[in-house]
This record gives sequence, C-alpha cells and structure tokens, in this order.
Amino acid sequence: MKFFHLTWSNLKRKKLRTVLTLLSILVAFVLYGFLCAIKQALTGGVSMAGADRLVVRHKVSIIQLLPQSYEARMERIPGVSAAVHQTWFGGIFQDPKNFFPNMAVEPEKFMAMFQDFVLQPAEKEAWLKTRTGAVVGRGTAKRFGWKIGDRIPITSPIWGQPPNQPNWEFDIVGIFDGATKGTDTSQLFFRYDYFDEARRGGKGQVGWYTLRIQDPNRAAEVAKRIDEEFANSPFETKTEPEGAFAQAFAAQIGNIGAILIAVVSAVFFTILLVAGNTMAQAVRERTEELAVLKAMGFTNSLVLVLVLAESCLIAGTGGGLGLGLAWLATSAGNPLPGLLPVFYIPPFDLAIGLALVAALGIIAGIFPALQAMRLQIAVALRRGA
Amino acid sequence: MSNDNGVLVKVNNVEKVFRRGSEEIHVLTGLSLEVPSGDFLALMGPSGSGKSTLLNLIGGLDRPTAGSVSIGGERIDQMGDRALAAWRARHVGLVFQFYNLLPVLTAERNVELPLLLTHLSKADRRKHVEAALNVVGLSHRTKHYPRTLSGGEQQRVGIARAIVTDPTILLCDEPTGDLDRKSGDEILSLLQALNREHGKTIVMVTHDPHASGRAKRTVYLDKGRLSSMKPE
Ligand SMILES: Nc1ncnc2c1ncn2[C@@H]1O[C@H](COP(=O)(O)OP(=O)(O)OP(=O)(O)O)[C@@H](O)[C@H]1O
Ligand SMILES: [Mg+2]
Repeated sequence: MKFFHLTWSNLKRKKLRTVLTLLSILVAFVLYGFLCAIKQALTGGVSMAGADRLVVRHKVSIIQLLPQSYEARMERIPGVSAAVHQTWFGGIFQDPKNFFPNMAVEPEKFMAMFQDFVLQPAEKEAWLKTRTGAVVGRGTAKRFGWKIGDRIPITSPIWGQPPNQPNWEFDIVGIFDGATKGTDTSQLFFRYDYFDEARRGGKGQVGWYTLRIQDPNRAAEVAKRIDEEFANSPFETKTEPEGAFAQAFAAQIGNIGAILIAVVSAVFFTILLVAGNTMAQAVRERTEELAVLKAMGFTNSLVLVLVLAESCLIAGTGGGLGLGLAWLATSAGNPLPGLLPVFYIPPFDLAIGLALVAALGIIAGIFPALQAMRLQIAVALRRGA
Repeated sequence: MSNDNGVLVKVNNVEKVFRRGSEEIHVLTGLSLEVPSGDFLALMGPSGSGKSTLLNLIGGLDRPTAGSVSIGGERIDQMGDRALAAWRARHVGLVFQFYNLLPVLTAERNVELPLLLTHLSKADRRKHVEAALNVVGLSHRTKHYPRTLSGGEQQRVGIARAIVTDPTILLCDEPTGDLDRKSGDEILSLLQALNREHGKTIVMVTHDPHASGRAKRTVYLDKGRLSSMKPE
C-alpha cells in the first residue's frame, strides 16, 4: 500500500492522456453494458422458457386459429397434465406506436401455468369476479400510468369493436410483477369468456396452446402424439418446445439485434486496443526511471507488480465506472418498451464485464511490465545519458 | 562492515567484456582495486575507459565476466538477482550525473523511495527523510518538484536519496558533471562532509581535476587497468 502514492503519481504524469484513456475505457464498458442488456432483451424469452412446456399452434402459421375444443382433447392425451390457450388480441392503446403485447386468456388456468407472473391474491380474486377485468405487467402499467381501477379503452384492428360500443374497454384489476428480473412485464391479459362473447368473428377459436407435460424427457414423444391426434383434421397442429417457439418469435427482431451486437462489439474491442496501446506506451517512456528504481534495490518482481498495478488501476477505474454507469442507466428504465420486453444487465454478464476489466488491465500491462522486469540496469542507465 | 584491516571494497582480477554483435569489447582486463572503509576515492580516466563499468560492478548493478567483487567480505558477484537487489537496498547509495529523480514526485517523496523497501513505519520514514534533507541543506524545499529546483538543488536531493538509508558505500558517477562551478563546489563540499563527519566511504567518478582534488586519493583507469599515476 505504501507504493500507492508512486503508482498514483505516475498516472498524474500526463493528466490529459490518463483522462482520455480512462474515458475511452469507460465508454467501452458502457457500450458493453448496453450490449448485454439488448442481447438479454432479444434472447430473454428463450431462456425463460420452461423445459416442461410445449406450445401447440396451427400447422400453417401462428396467425391461424385453433378450435377451443382442442383443449379438452389435448388434456386427455397421456403425458399431458394441463393445456392453456392464449389468443393474440393485437389491441392498440391510443396510438399504434404504443405497442405492447395483449392476449385473451382463461385467468385461473393461465395463472396456474405461468407462475412467473406474480399477482396478489386479492387481485387474482378480483380478476375472477370481473368479466371485463384485465391484468397488466408492471412495465406497461408504469409506461402508461395505469392504476388498479382504471378503465382502459383499446381498439383492435384484428377483431373490430364489440357490439354497440366504439371500442373495447378493460378494467385494470391487477398489476403483476415478474418472479425474476428477466420476466417480461410488458404484457396485458384479459378474460377469454368476455372476449369470445364480444368478438364478431372466429368465435370458439383460440391462438395457440401451452401444455405442461409430466416428463420433460419425453417431450418429443408427446409432441408427436398431439400432432398425430389432429392430423387430417381441418386444424392440423404443430407442437414444439416453448424455447423453440420463443426463438422463432425473437427471430423477427433478432437480425437487427445481431447487426447491432456486431457493430458495438467491434467498437468495444477497438477502444480496448487503443487504450491498451496507450497504457503500454506510458510505461515504455519511463525505462530509465524504472532502471533507477531497480538500481536502488527494487526487485524485478516488485517492478513488475508496480507496472501492472498502474494499468490495472486505470482499467479498474475506467471499466468499473463504465459498468456502473451502464448498470445505473439500464436500471433506470427501458428506453424502448415497445421493442424490448426486458432491459437489464444479467449478473452473469456483469461478472464477465468485471473479468474483461481485469483482463484489460493485465494484458495492457503485462508486456511493458515484463519488459521493465527484464530491464538490465546498467544498459538502461547508459541509454539515458 | 569491513574486514582485512578495514578493506571495504575488494575488486580482484576482474574482467569485463561487452558484446556488440560479433565484436567483443574488453573494457576491464584483470583489474584489481581495494578501497578501505572511510575512504573518499576519485576515479578518473578518459571517456570510454570503463569508469562507469567499474562503478556498476562495485555497486552490484552489473556482474564481472571474470574475477571477484567483495564488499565488506560478501561476494556480490555470486549473488542471485533477488539477493543482489536486497543487498543494494541495504548497502549502496547511488548519485548520478543527471540526478535521475522521478519528475512526478516531490523532493521528499523522491528521498523516501529507498525507504519504501524497508520495514520502517510512515512516521519513521518521514523522520529519516527530514534528517537526510537537513544534511544536504534542503529542508525548505521538501514539497518542490524536481523541475522547480536548480541543478545543484536537484543533485542535493539525489544525495539525500542516496544517504537516507545510511548505506555502507556511496557511489557517485560524475556528480558535478552537469553543474556550474559554484554548484559543483557545494556538492563536493557536501560529499567531503559526508566522508569526514559521517564516515561515509565514497567512490566518485569524475573528469574534473578540481573535483578529484577534494577526494582523499585518486586512481586512474586506462586501457582496462588502474594506476595511481596520471597516464600521459
Ligand atoms: N552495456 C554495454 N554494452 C556494450 N558496450 C558497453 C556497455 N556498457 C559499456 N560499454 C562500452 O564499454 C566502454 C566503457 O564504458 P563506460 O561507460 O564504462 O565508460 P566511461 O569511462 O564511464 O566513459 P564516460 O567517461 O564517457 O562516462 C565503452 O566503450 C562503452 O561503449
Ligand atoms: Mg561513465
């Protein structure tokens, strides 16, 4: 610790250079943080998917409907313990730009299937009692300032308006939180019975089914049995694990994400290279001073540690601040709630970020440090004279 | 810290060969030297004769190609890197022609550097630094950075740094080589005082007969060997 002043003083030698290096490392790690948050947003649905869940959709495409009567038939198939349906409503609140997912579901079975959505018991009860009741995730509720008791007008280009009414109206009876940080809380769910009665077309039909199966190891077998059950009917099915379903869904925006990730990664590594080179340069300029320290009796290993400490201090300060800023910024809220269901840096990526900071400090410092360590005093001192 | 009737430095039949590509440069050829404890020795000779090379061997900054170097009875030419570094920290004070202070540290922090290698507490280090700066007459410049000091003052900081650990021997390579006459004289008086009043053994390389005149004795290095007579 008594050497800290020496390390610190060396950083103050060229203040502008140190500050610029620090800033570029900071920017690099802010970028890294955002990159991780975006990646998490694009792939989060996939990792959320339960291994014991299958999704059944129309064989032709996800937008084709399936009969609601399939629910009971599916539940009779061996290996299936529950079937829950959802129907894409495509509802719009005020402006199409305000996109958020909204679905018609059967409250009781739905809540039992998707326990990642956490609702207070009183809210759950209210939903069961209110035909026009809807529950909404914390994210979207915050975004539009909705509170329990609000009546929300929604239009639906897919389903038109209900009879004798200019638009659909839902009563917010509950606001759910995610069981984990990665849970998507942008959705709104309302009651299927109300929906089915009030819609004009497609009565008795639903969007897709989510099944819970008894044994995840036999998922493929169960999926095959279901698709066989409905083969040669007017509504043939395609059954897949939930992860694959979420992946197909994310693929729509995934390509933009991939380009974004590629560009930001390139910027990130370029900045690291430049910063690393600058730090190495800063040590190379001081060959003679290091030789004097060694002449005084500083050992080779002490000189190595001192040089490494310097580059690690810069990397640690810049990288630490950068990750901290990115974390604060992503905690403050989702900048694109319509596009990204969740927005945060997963702890694992944060840990990787810290490892990158350490790696930067060591890699930038190790070559000049080894050089300093191997420096021959007599030779280095001659060079100065 | 001496044996053989007060002999501190014993350089025996030393060879030093540098290699520059395929060419071999024989700088020291069978050179021997004894420096008694408490001596103030001036080392003179033409440029390139190997004065700095010899000083480096005595200070453990380099090792001879052949022969032996003993300081206070210890064979420093046989020590490993780590042991030699520790030995230097304990026994050698170095003064350079161009002062070689760290520009980023104040005078007192520069003087403190060698003490960082000891187990002294912060308060004790401070006391030693104050004492050393006092000896060189720079108590009023402790917080100054090297660039704000004159050449003579910088060299005095350099000397304070060299004596702060109370080393066995002080090695000075042209300590007045970069100074005007007046500042040079002050440095020489300081070295003389250190030798006389504090009993420091000093070996000083110099080109300046005026400087060597302040030493107790002078030896001349030429063509790899020493003589006590100035070569013609
Ligand atoms: N590390 C080295 N590699 C190659 N040659 C060297 C090395 N160190 C010294 N020499 C050579 O050894 C000779 C003696 O050098 P040294 O520095 O000891 O001379 P000097 O007497 O101190 O000279 P000056 O008065 O100019 O300081 C010179 O010819 C020099 O070029
Ligand atoms: Mg020399």
